[in-house]
Amino acid sequence: MSVLESMRGFMRRDQVFDFLVPVVPPDLDLTHGVILYLENLNVSFDGFKAINDLNLYIDDGELRCIIGPNGAGKTTMMDIITGKTRPDSGSAWFGQEINLLAMDEPEIAAAGIGRKFQKPTVFEHHRVIDNLELAMAGDKRVWPTLGARLNSEERDRLAEVLQIIGLGDQAKHLAGSLSHGQKQWLEIGMLLMQNPRLLLVDEPAAGMTHQEMDRTAELLTSLAGDHSVVVVEHDMDFVRSIAGKVTVLHQGSVLAEGTMDEIQNNQQVIEVYLGE
Amino acid sequence: MIILRYLKKDTGGMITLSLLALITVIVPICNLLVPETSGLHVSTFTMTLLGKYLCYGLLAIAVDLVWGYLGILSLGHGAFFALGGYAMGMYLMRQIGSRGVYGNPLLPDFMVFLNWQHLPWFWHGFQWFWFAMLMVILVPGLLAAIFGWFAFRSRVTGVYLSIMTQALTYALLLAFYRNEMGFGGNNGLTDFKDILGFSLQTDATRAGLFIASALALGFGYLSCLYITRSRLGKLCTAIRDQEDRVRFIGYRVENIKLWIFTFSAILAGIAGALYVPQVGIINPNEFSPLASIEMVVWVAVGGRATLYGAVAGALLVNYAKSYLTVAMPDAWLFALGSLFVLVTLLLPRGITGLLRKKEASR
Ligand SMILES: Nc1ncnc2c1ncn2[C@@H]1O[C@H](COP(=O)(O)OP(=O)(O)OP(=O)(O)O)[C@@H](O)[C@H]1O
Ligand SMILES: [Mg+2]
Repeated sequence: MSVLESMRGFMRRDQVFDFLVPVVPPDLDLTHGVILYLENLNVSFDGFKAINDLNLYIDDGELRCIIGPNGAGKTTMMDIITGKTRPDSGSAWFGQEINLLAMDEPEIAAAGIGRKFQKPTVFEHHRVIDNLELAMAGDKRVWPTLGARLNSEERDRLAEVLQIIGLGDQAKHLAGSLSHGQKQWLEIGMLLMQNPRLLLVDEPAAGMTHQEMDRTAELLTSLAGDHSVVVVEHDMDFVRSIAGKVTVLHQGSVLAEGTMDEIQNNQQVIEVYLGE
Repeated sequence: MIILRYLKKDTGGMITLSLLALITVIVPICNLLVPETSGLHVSTFTMTLLGKYLCYGLLAIAVDLVWGYLGILSLGHGAFFALGGYAMGMYLMRQIGSRGVYGNPLLPDFMVFLNWQHLPWFWHGFQWFWFAMLMVILVPGLLAAIFGWFAFRSRVTGVYLSIMTQALTYALLLAFYRNEMGFGGNNGLTDFKDILGFSLQTDATRAGLFIASALALGFGYLSCLYITRSRLGKLCTAIRDQEDRVRFIGYRVENIKLWIFTFSAILAGIAGALYVPQVGIINPNEFSPLASIEMVVWVAVGGRATLYGAVAGALLVNYAKSYLTVAMPDAWLFALGSLFVLVTLLLPRGITGLLRKKEASR
C-alpha cells in the first residue's frame, strides 16, 4: 500500500523529485530587530551542565559584551551558535527564519555568522595574505575554488583589510611567525573578509599590548551598526571601553544584564566575582 | 598559461620535468636507433625498468596529493593502482584471443582451466581499448568516491581513516585471491600478447609504453601542480593543518576531500594501467597492505608536500629495492622499515627538505 503510494509519487510528472530540489536556506529576516535568539538552551558534558537554561537575545547592529568567570560557558555558547556543539535541548535562531540547530558549520558560516576563536587559530603554514584570501566571502564550492582568481576588487579589499589589521608589512610572512597579538588581529581580519552579519569574538584582547587593545576596541566599535558583534572578554578595562550592554554568564546561564555601571553595582555579580 | 607561471616558481619541478622530457626523447632513441654494440645503447630491459619507475613516480604523486597536501594518510592506494592495472590486464587478456594455450577464442586460459563455459558479465566490453581505458579511470574513481563519501561525511580522520584504507585494500586482496571472483585468482592475469595490435615483445612497443608512462607522469605532475597552487590547493593544506577552522569559514571539507581523494585514485589507476603491460603481469599481490605502505615510504623519503620530492622518493627507494632484492633478498623488508624510521626521525621533510634547508640557509 505505502509502497504503491510512494511509487505513484515517483511517477508524477508535474513536479521535480524532492531530492532534486535544492535546499535553499531562508533569507535572514530581521523584522523584529533581533538577530539572534537563544532560548532554553541546555548542554551537559558527562553530566556536568555547561549551559543551563540559557536565554539570550542579540539585537541587530548591537555590540554586546559577555563576561563571566572561567568555565561559565561562554565559549560553549559560541560553539552552539556556530554548530560545533549540539545542545541537549532548547532553540537557536538567526533572525526569524533560520534555525541554527538544523545546520552544520559551513551552512551557518554561509548564512552570515563568523567567529574568532579563543585560542587564535590561523593557518600557520600559509602567508598572512593567503589566510585572508581563504576566508574571503564568495563561492566556496569545490570547482569554483579550484579556478578562483583574485579580481581587482578583491585585491583592493585584501589590501584594505591588511591595512585595518595593521599587518600590511607582514602580508607575505607566514602566519605561524606572527606574535600572539598579531595572530588575534589576523583572525579578526579573516572575520572581516568573511563579511558576516553576526560576529562572535572570543577573547580578542588576550596577549595584546594596551595600544593594540585600544585599536581592537576601536575596530569592534566601528563594526557595530552594520554588523552585530558579540564579544567575550575577561579584561574589564577593555569591556568598559567598548560596551554598550553587558551580559554576565555564570554556571551556564545569564546572571545579570545591563550597562557596565549597573553590572558593577549588582550584588549577585559582585558575589560571583569576589567569591572565587 | 597559468600553469607555466606556477612552474616558474617551482624550481624542483622544472628540473624534474626537464629531466623527464630529456629521457622521454633520449631513452627510446638510445634503445631503438643506437646499435647494441655502442656504449650508448639502452637495453630494452633497462628501458622497461625505467618505465616501471615512472609509473611508480605517478603513483607517488597521487599519494603525496592526499597525504602531503590534504593530510589523509592513505594506506590503501595500492588498491586503486591495482584496479587500474586489472582493467588494463583484462583488455590485454581479451586481446590474446585464440592464441592462448587452450585456444579458446573467447575465454581466457584460466577460465577454460576452471571449466567455465561463459565469459562473466564484467569481462564484456574489455575487448575494446576505449572501454578498458574508461574503466581504468571509472573503477578506481568510483571506489574512491564511494569510500570517501562514507568516510569523509562521518568525519573519520587520522589513524582510523588510515586503518580503513588499509582494510579496503586487504579486503580486495582476499577477494582477488579467490578463483570464483573471475580475475585469475592468485596467478592473476598474464601471458599478454599485444596491445592495440602491437606485439608487446617488440622494442618499439616497449618504447611506446615508456613514452606513454613519461607523458602520464608529466600530465600527473602538471595537473597536481595546478591543483596545489590554486586556492583549492591552499585550502587543502589548511584542512591538513586546521580542519575545523576551514569549516567555520564556510567550506564543505568533506566535499573537498572527496574530490581530491577521487582524483588521486584516478591517477593511481592510470599508473597501474601503464605498469601492467610493461611488467607483463598483474596479480593480487599489488593489493597487499605492504605494497601500499611502501608507497607512503617513497613519499616520506622524498619529502611530503613537494611533488618532485614524491617522484624522487619513488625512484630512489625503488632503485634501492631493485638493487637490494638481488644483492640481499632477505634484507629488503628490514631496509624498508629502518628507512622509514630513520626518515621520520631525522628527515621529517625528506630528502628534498634537506635541499630546501640548504637553499634557505644560503
Ligand atoms: N567538549 C567538552 N567536554 C567536556 N567538558 C567541556 C567541553 N567543553 C567545555 N567543557 C566544560 O564546560 C565548561 C564551560 O566551558 P567554556 O569553555 O564554555 O567556559 P568559558 O566560559 O569559555 O571559560 P573561559 O573563560 O575559561 O574561556 C567548563 O567547565 C569546561 O570544562
Ligand atoms: Mg572560553
